[in-house]
Amino acid sequence: MKALLLRDLRLAIRAGGGFGLGLAFFLIVVVLVPFGVGPNADLLSIIAPGILWVAALLAALLSLDRIFALDFEDGSLGLLATSPLPLESVSVIKALAHWITTGLPLCFAAPVLGFLLHLSPDAYAYLILSLLIGTPGLSMIGTFGAALTVGLRRGGLLLSLLVLPLYVPTLIMGADAVRRGADGMAATTPLMLLGVITLGSIAVLPFATAAALRVNLR
Amino acid sequence: MSLWEYANPKKFMDWTAPVLPWVAGSAALCLSVGLIWGFFFTPDDFRQGSTVKIIYLHVPAALMAINAWLMMLVASLIWLVRRHHVSALAAKAAAPVGITMTLIALATGALWGSPIWGTYWEWDPRLTSFLILFLFYLGYMALWSAIEDPDTAADLTSILCLVGSIFAILSRYAAQFWSQGLHQGASLSLDKEKNVSDVFWQPLVITMIGFGLLFLALVLLRTRTEIRMRRIKALHARARRA
Amino acid sequence: MPDLGTYAFEILMSYGISLGLLGALICVSILQSKRVKAALQQVENNG
Repeated sequence: MKALLLRDLRLAIRAGGGFGLGLAFFLIVVVLVPFGVGPNADLLSIIAPGILWVAALLAALLSLDRIFALDFEDGSLGLLATSPLPLESVSVIKALAHWITTGLPLCFAAPVLGFLLHLSPDAYAYLILSLLIGTPGLSMIGTFGAALTVGLRRGGLLLSLLVLPLYVPTLIMGADAVRRGADGMAATTPLMLLGVITLGSIAVLPFATAAALRVNLR
Repeated sequence: MSLWEYANPKKFMDWTAPVLPWVAGSAALCLSVGLIWGFFFTPDDFRQGSTVKIIYLHVPAALMAINAWLMMLVASLIWLVRRHHVSALAAKAAAPVGITMTLIALATGALWGSPIWGTYWEWDPRLTSFLILFLFYLGYMALWSAIEDPDTAADLTSILCLVGSIFAILSRYAAQFWSQGLHQGASLSLDKEKNVSDVFWQPLVITMIGFGLLFLALVLLRTRTEIRMRRIKALHARARRA
Repeated sequence: MPDLGTYAFEILMSYGISLGLLGALICVSILQSKRVKAALQQVENNG
């Protein structure tokens, strides 16, 4: 398992692995928003939690189709399926690798971009915390979507159509936690519900992911 | 003789052929009676005026939109567990019907909301859940049409339907948490029978039965089409091998 | 025709949209069914 994780991480960091791509995309989306809505600081600080979360979501979406596609093409996914490691564990490892390469950097980049959007000072802790809790769930859900579409040649667009509705609960809770934090209210409830969604996804989706992979490898 | 024998494609074609016209006919009957009764012969509501007439489309469509997804969920489970091809095809056949019902519910809801709530659209939990349901239907249908091998498509869409159901329910409660609703709860509800007077309730029941029968008829018809398409494919494949 | 009052537009629109959508769905389903049925007959007769 560890070997697989290290291999995936190394592949992602190597040139062409798209390691920095998600992060750059996140940066650009967030920077584009003020151009769209105008430089009004009050308005920006109101919509900042939502923008940061939506941008994080899109950035996480960007690199999803890489999770299985390359392994599927060169046949190493088939090897993994016949290895003693169950496919359920493989999918968890894949999701973890995706999270380390995209989710985790996002958590640390988000506060910096918060400055640009005049995010209220109280909200930073909640922003980092909610992203830390929420993004593993996003990676797991995305891995499931990637497993569904791995056999398709043009899976990318379909993948986003399938995965984005699944992201809704996470987005609602995550952005709500930050918004409550910004308003100085207690944000424990949305944070806990966010944790529920993430943990639930990690508990259930590996089985669905593995099932989808087995179908696609048939 | 077990219930499952009806799921044999040949058997399914045999027993649905005589049943389908009856289902379709009674659907047409119920719908015309219910809608004409509702449209022409019901009084205006004292609070909503004549907009109450929209209820005869909105409520049954919303009901069927959810029930269609439930039916797809059950059919997907049957496919995954017992691998009856008809079941998978029925789920595929139901999706376009379900998405149409969702659209009707959204459109009539928006038109009803504009005079009563003063807005066509409001990010209210129920409206939002329906929008999300619409997206789920879209994704489901897109996945069906994207995969060529029918068995793979059936498997993957079934898995998506199961996972999607969980997330649809999650989204519904998340949306409730996220925004306090404008939509009627129990206090003002038109959906709850205890609050609707018989004048409105009777035609509504008839239209609900009508929408149900219409859904059934359409699913049967579309499933028959899907079975025939599958057969054409099989015959072509056989011809190519010969 | 009942008196719809000020809301005539909304009500007629909802009935129009709904019946239009349902009608379109029914037409598409029936047409598709007919087409496939004919195609199947053709394939079976040839083979």
